[in-house]
Amino acid sequence: METLNYLNNGHGLKSWLLTKDHKRIALLYLVSITVFFVIGGFFAMLVRLELLTPAGDLLTSETYNKMFTMHGVVMVFFFLIPSIPAVLGNFLIPIMVGAKDLAFPRINLLSWYIYVLGGVFTLVAALGGGVDTGWTFYTPYSTAAANGHVITAALGVFITGFSSILTGLNFIVTIHRMRAPGLTWFRLPLFVWSHYATSLIMILGTPVIAITVLLVAAERGLHLGIFDPALGGDPILFQHLFWFYSHPAVYIMILPAMGVVSEIVQAFTRKNIFGYSFVAFSSLAIAIIGFLVWGHHLFVSGQSVYSGMIFSFLSFCVAIPSAIKVFNWTATIFKGSVCLDSPMLYAFGFIGLFTIGGLTGLFLAAMGLDIHVHDTYFVVAHFHYIMVGGAIMGYLGGLHYWWPKISGRRYSEPWAKFSALLVFTGFNLTFFPQFIAGYLGMPRRYHAYPPEFQVLNVASTLGASILTVGYVIPLIYFAYSLFAGEKSVNDPWGARGLEWEIPSPPPTENFTVSPVVTEGTHQYVHPNQEVGLA
Amino acid sequence: MFTNFPFFPHQASAHAAQVDAIYFFMVSVTAFFSLLIAGLLVFFAIKYHRRDDDEVGAAIHGSLALELLWTIIPFFITMLMFGWGAMVFFDAYRPPKGAMEIYIVGKQWMWKAQHMGGQKEINELHVPVGRAVKLTMGSEDVLHSFYIPAFRVKADVIPGRYNVLWFTPTKPGRYHLFCAEYCGTNHSGMIGWVEVMEPTDFQAWLGGGRASDSPAAAGEKLFQDLVCISCHRDDAQARGPQLKGLFGHTVRLQGGATAVADEAYIRESIVNPQAKIVDGFLPIMPTFQGLVSEEQLLQLIAYVRSLGEVAAPAPAGAAAAPAPGKD
Repeated sequence: METLNYLNNGHGLKSWLLTKDHKRIALLYLVSITVFFVIGGFFAMLVRLELLTPAGDLLTSETYNKMFTMHGVVMVFFFLIPSIPAVLGNFLIPIMVGAKDLAFPRINLLSWYIYVLGGVFTLVAALGGGVDTGWTFYTPYSTAAANGHVITAALGVFITGFSSILTGLNFIVTIHRMRAPGLTWFRLPLFVWSHYATSLIMILGTPVIAITVLLVAAERGLHLGIFDPALGGDPILFQHLFWFYSHPAVYIMILPAMGVVSEIVQAFTRKNIFGYSFVAFSSLAIAIIGFLVWGHHLFVSGQSVYSGMIFSFLSFCVAIPSAIKVFNWTATIFKGSVCLDSPMLYAFGFIGLFTIGGLTGLFLAAMGLDIHVHDTYFVVAHFHYIMVGGAIMGYLGGLHYWWPKISGRRYSEPWAKFSALLVFTGFNLTFFPQFIAGYLGMPRRYHAYPPEFQVLNVASTLGASILTVGYVIPLIYFAYSLFAGEKSVNDPWGARGLEWEIPSPPPTENFTVSPVVTEGTHQYVHPNQEVGLA
Repeated sequence: MFTNFPFFPHQASAHAAQVDAIYFFMVSVTAFFSLLIAGLLVFFAIKYHRRDDDEVGAAIHGSLALELLWTIIPFFITMLMFGWGAMVFFDAYRPPKGAMEIYIVGKQWMWKAQHMGGQKEINELHVPVGRAVKLTMGSEDVLHSFYIPAFRVKADVIPGRYNVLWFTPTKPGRYHLFCAEYCGTNHSGMIGWVEVMEPTDFQAWLGGGRASDSPAAAGEKLFQDLVCISCHRDDAQARGPQLKGLFGHTVRLQGGATAVADEAYIRESIVNPQAKIVDGFLPIMPTFQGLVSEEQLLQLIAYVRSLGEVAAPAPAGAAAAPAPGKD
């Protein structure tokens, strides 16, 4: 007879749709964000296919503009922002702190329903004719001129924001109030620290974007003069409000991935992290400084040169804690017991690509250089190195690392290695040429482009095709493993952490006996063990 | 099909070399650190490869000295980038005195240029080599961004205000002009060419076209047609401020505040006259929003400017110069 776990404890659709179990809610999120990832990826492929030739010949200009808009809206708000926190965070944070569930299980379920409602609004906007504002909704175009269902899409973003706020709130309360006896702040896994920092941004930043898109909807629907100069508004005000959230939102995407990488690097070197407190506090530093850098999106909007300088200075400062993390991960591998299984390949990919993504961000923080590359493909390449090379690599790495825990099954490791390699190759082939195209001056969001940019664009489209294959293969072997995968033991990697001490998949309430923690959760060499041996 | 595919842009302005210098510096730093990290990852992964299933890593917890090292070194490198980047920005920020002025209006989806001699062009911009050119730019509808990659310059063009862009072309040739800020359906069609000409060719070009009125002359005509003259006049019956010698001066406003009469001020005074009332006058002027186009606004400004301006426009925030007499 099979032992009772969270997957077989209750059957039928209703047991899933009304569940209060954080692990089941995590799976609801997993399924829904995967659907949005496929939709967003479909839009991206149409964009890349159009750009195969310089002439705008595959789609009309209006359709093309809608494709990149919907790609951005779906990927940012409905995939990247919820991805790691809502799936892996939801699943792991209660287990990592030794609790039976999050602090507010009903609110957790509510946040999923809110996410789905916001997603429905956005899909209605997409299917009903699309939106062509760009995911940035810049005014006065979005409020006075744009085609399509701007108000519906804006409401979708507005609604889904509440899901983010509630998830952040749930994490913060759980981390403060529900830690197991002996699990002090400095014994917490770094995954938990990075989610704590992420939650702060979710709670403090999301209300601002919510209000901002609501104002866009109000100006478009009711002609209030807020952003449109023809109505007495100020279009630059919108940019300040938008980036006040949307720059920190990049850290919502990358901080959880950093947490994942910290966990993987420790598990696959069987070694505790180098400089724990520096890695932990650099997450908080990123969250805090990240709120003060938004003006680097406005260097060419005629912002005063002095505010430009302050934003430039702070943007360089926010790079330092990221650099600290990269150096500490690298140092952790030194004298580790290194195993290059697929999660570690993704972690290596993350570190390498995030380093390039982060350093190219400095190009954009340097005011005089930003003038040239602002709004070109250089920017597109940079943020895809962060969001795809960083956040998605981290997400996939985490999914591979914790899949045996989540599903209780092992996936095919050779296929996983192969697809990790495809993802890495395809990614670089897609986005590296865009740095060159950007410095050459190719503006972003161009439906047609001068012929001298074609070679670079063909390379990009080829890379995107490889990347697509690299993303489809895991879908197949993960699904296959659910039915035919070898059963996983509690701790298939020989890793440390509370999640590896309980069965795979875990029972509904995670722990039969509440754990008592006596040391950091990732000690591979126990001081007391050594004493015992002597 | 693939005969002409450059990997580096033309360098056709004095400013371009400065931008490229910091770019190469930052590319070197990026390459150095990316290769360092990638090299270490690969080296460690090989050297410390797991040899036995029960093996664990060494118990190393950290090093304050190393943490300080890799905090302080990146900090100084980034501060160097910050200072350098700001210096390059300053170079692009303030146009030199005596720059040749051209008015630009962006609209969905074209660029219109007005030379001071009255020449007008669309999606083309002819400029002489070796001379500083200052563009004063406004938008008729949504955001646009005026971008010439070969000069490494770009500035957003924003409805309701003016942005300035300047450059000194150094090489004759034909260079791309792009709209860099997404502006709707035909955004990628809002492109054109900048034609940098030898000075003599440029003079010939100036003389060759069908030049219409200079912006100032066109502005004067508008000033008559819109009967601005009935209030803004020289005599004792003037109900609006005197415009002679106004441009570039500091104006005293109702309530004691002051404003510098620059392009933005005059534009606002025409489309939103109630926003700033000159001390001693009544708020009786009607708005001309919607009655004059962006190009006409620029012509009216050129006309006011032609009525006399102070030699060096006082920068915003400078000590108030004596206001022109308006009794």
